[in-house]
Amino acid sequence: MYEFNYRKVASVAAATEAMQQAEDGKFMAGGQTMLPTMKHRLASPSDLIDLGGVAELTGISVENENLIVGAMTTHAAVAASAEVQQAIPALARLAGNIGDPAVRNRGTLGGSIANHDPAADYPAAVIALGATVQTSKRAISAEEFFTGMFETALEDDEIVTSVSFPLPEAAAYMKFENPASRYAIVGVFVAKTGGEVRVGVTGATACAHRGLRLEAALGGELDAGGIDAVELPVEQMNSDIHASAEYRAHLVKVMTKRAVEACQ
Amino acid sequence: MSTVSMTVNGEAVCGKVESRTLLVQFLRENLGLTGTHVGCDTSQCGACVIHVNGKSVKSCTMLAIQADGADVTTIEGLANEAGLHPMQQAFMDNHGLQCGFCTPGMVMSALDIVNRSGHELDESTVRKELEGNICRCTGYHNIVKAVQAGAKAMGGS
Repeated sequence: MYEFNYRKVASVAAATEAMQQAEDGKFMAGGQTMLPTMKHRLASPSDLIDLGGVAELTGISVENENLIVGAMTTHAAVAASAEVQQAIPALARLAGNIGDPAVRNRGTLGGSIANHDPAADYPAAVIALGATVQTSKRAISAEEFFTGMFETALEDDEIVTSVSFPLPEAAAYMKFENPASRYAIVGVFVAKTGGEVRVGVTGATACAHRGLRLEAALGGELDAGGIDAVELPVEQMNSDIHASAEYRAHLVKVMTKRAVEACQ
Repeated sequence: MSTVSMTVNGEAVCGKVESRTLLVQFLRENLGLTGTHVGCDTSQCGACVIHVNGKSVKSCTMLAIQADGADVTTIEGLANEAGLHPMQQAFMDNHGLQCGFCTPGMVMSALDIVNRSGHELDESTVRKELEGNICRCTGYHNIVKAVQAGAKAMGGS
């Protein structure tokens, strides 16, 4: 890891100012991806702006039929939260299966979605639940937020402050995980909200996305009968040592069926 | 260089570190607490697990400067003059180690499991909760037994 200027800040405003002053700054949330990335010298920021001390970015609440989770809330806190377990139990279970206990004690919702690893779990939930990402500058819809592999709509000095999840009538997440890293080889989040069924897919392609063909097959119902007949674009699937494109396409349908069944 | 101060195993300590100094480096190289190991250095193996403010963390994936002001517990903080901590004793009694390299991290993760899930732990809970700790010798069987026995012993003391 190359040396950098460490900047500890206590507010979103101070973090933004620190970023604007930095030559080539990076925000750090829980650091569970940022620090390994810096160790590998895949990132070498001039300034690392640590959001760990920004109290306004943590917390969980339910307001106006929305579950609002502060960006710096850890996976462990989401998993253990009685409010999340009551409001969207599938989200609590998702958070409780990210990485391992020590990683969950540091890793955060905001860090996960801002990094947008194509195999991360949270993006599938953000998309399927039709969540809104609140930042230091604006509100961004889930579908506009994730733009490509490790790419989001965030500007360089823009910080995710919270995510607002509309409460679903039913929701479930199914992940076929890599047994070593526990990242999703394929993860599918299915949610029925306001009479509409949405499918969020992660791990399968370069970018977490809505499974529109799967949604069309479901037709707004939690009935997986039509999923087998869906044809998915195999050429868009990731292919690596863990799973071929064909296998991933197959897994997307299997995980979708399991998630739909778990919603019932 | 910055100065950091924290409480490690009940004692106030301070030292000078670079921004990039990892917490595990600070513990091992500045404080000489070499019980915390570096295995993979990529937050997979769990040999470096310690407790920061009562929660398990991988100390190879946290900067020393992030722990400024924190309360840190390492494997060296468990035993006292009366003897080994019940969890350490359980690892010994159940042959929960062979080479021992992963053991400090296993013990610290085990204590975190007890903190969250109590003293009566079933096998599947222990196996699931130890996902972030890798052992290349034992096949885990005796580690799981040790964690269950240690948890029980802690409840009885």
